[in-house]
Amino acid sequence: MRKTFGTVIFAAAVEGYLMKKNNIYSIWFAVPALSLFTIFFIVPMFISFFFSLTVWNLKSFTFCGLDNFKLFFTEHSMNLSVRNTLVYAFVTCSVKLILSFFIAILLSSSLKTKNILRAVVFFPTLVSTIAVGITFSALMHPTKGLFNVILQSLGMTPVDWLGNTKLALFSVAFTDIWKGVGIATVIFLSGIQSISRDYYEAAVIDGANYVQRICFITVPLSKPARNSIIILALIGGLKSFDLIWTMTGGGPGFATDVLASVIYKQYAAGFYGLSTAGNVIMFVFITAIVLPLQRYLIKKEEQ
Amino acid sequence: MKNKDFAKVINVLALAVFAVVFITPFVFMFFMSLKDKRGANLLGFTLPDVYHFDNYLNVLKYNHYQVLTAFRNSITLTFFSVVILIACCSAAGFVIQRRRDSFSGTANSVILAGLVVPVSILPTIWILQQLHLYKTMAGMILIEVTINIPFTVMLYRSYMASVPVELEEAACIDGCSPFATFIRIIFPLLQPVSATIIILNSVTIFNDFTNPLYFLPGSRNVTVQLTLYNFISQSGNSYNLLFADAILITIPMFILFVFFNKKIIAGMSAGAVKG
Repeated sequence: MRKTFGTVIFAAAVEGYLMKKNNIYSIWFAVPALSLFTIFFIVPMFISFFFSLTVWNLKSFTFCGLDNFKLFFTEHSMNLSVRNTLVYAFVTCSVKLILSFFIAILLSSSLKTKNILRAVVFFPTLVSTIAVGITFSALMHPTKGLFNVILQSLGMTPVDWLGNTKLALFSVAFTDIWKGVGIATVIFLSGIQSISRDYYEAAVIDGANYVQRICFITVPLSKPARNSIIILALIGGLKSFDLIWTMTGGGPGFATDVLASVIYKQYAAGFYGLSTAGNVIMFVFITAIVLPLQRYLIKKEEQ
Repeated sequence: MKNKDFAKVINVLALAVFAVVFITPFVFMFFMSLKDKRGANLLGFTLPDVYHFDNYLNVLKYNHYQVLTAFRNSITLTFFSVVILIACCSAAGFVIQRRRDSFSGTANSVILAGLVVPVSILPTIWILQQLHLYKTMAGMILIEVTINIPFTVMLYRSYMASVPVELEEAACIDGCSPFATFIRIIFPLLQPVSATIIILNSVTIFNDFTNPLYFLPGSRNVTVQLTLYNFISQSGNSYNLLFADAILITIPMFILFVFFNKKIIAGMSAGAVKG
């Protein structure tokens, strides 16, 4: 009997403590942020599943089943965008990853100018995408642009960077890499700098050369940084719109149309249901690619 | 020793190449912005024959001082969004990190999902219309806040882990109310991460093109990114004015970067790795 009484008192005390604790950390603190996020992000996300099945003009809608999705995947102008999005995301992500690793290695060596160089590589990240797009469109001009002037002075034939249907997507991807490699470099750099110097010293004593030290110490130990770069660059690539829209507007033809630019085109043309369907397709693509990849990378990181 | 010198030369050469690749486009922008109309349309990578500093004035005057209106709009948008973000997300990050229950778990995963999932554009416009906020600055501010909530809460949450719990407990025992505890004890301690968040969010929101394009149409509401975009088609072939506008928009970022370069870089890499 006494034991039970004691337990009850103890439970009450614990409960009192917990209540007090939850009192300091009241849920109300999170309510403004969470309610804004719910109203303007989560609710629209769920609504989009419904309106993607309709023909819609923001005021009235008619239900049309899966027609929007069928149209999206059968119409050449739109289904090309799925392939382009994947190519664009894969190319920008992998090149950024490799290039940023080499720049980070160079910058992590003890050079006097390394802070300035880090700033130089990073600064394009902060510049307006539209400004970068305009600048590179001018540099890639088929007859007068700097790129072709350089090619011609080297005795090569000039290339129509943004006008060639096979090349245009890669020209935009190049610009994207130029603009975005800085952030990847900075992430890699902080990952590399957090590796203990002891490993390198031990390796030097054991007679490992520079390349071996990079391959067997830097590469494996910078894995967390590498994983975040992969995820960030991939999400960015799959969502990308503004650079492509400024440089080519999806053209020539539909050669550089990606999911986000098709969504915008359908929106501008007033096909709101179709545009929303594009949004849902983008949602499915991103979650279907990024979430499993993230889980896989985290699992490998823990091993 | 000889091997080491060789490696150093390779290093310096590689870095010189990178420096040229990353700086050239900016030099090109700057030269273009100072040329006369005919010279600029040649798109050559050359020094201007005559320096036309009046290009900058002409851009500001263009279309009834539209660029000035745009700067006012962009600054309003950035300022209010960042203030609301700081207020909401510091409080949210605080409780989400401190509570160890299902609420904080759910909030965490919802917010992480927000980093991955794209914005559902038309349904958001629909909701803004229902609330009579579509095409208004207030609506645009709320959208910018919402989009940046996940990243901001994440930064605050991870910084909270380094703030000792004993402070709050002491305040609680002394009879400080939860709200006063947060305002007077916790928030001042978050100041370093708040500075990082102010800078990063200002850059993101000031440079945002896509969201104002969708959620804030109309010539009265243009932001600087939209004026630059509209300039591409409106200005005909005045590349000099186009690039002068581009330079004007880049200058605020450049100034910010010169002063806060270390803070920006540290904030960006910390946010990325911890997420």
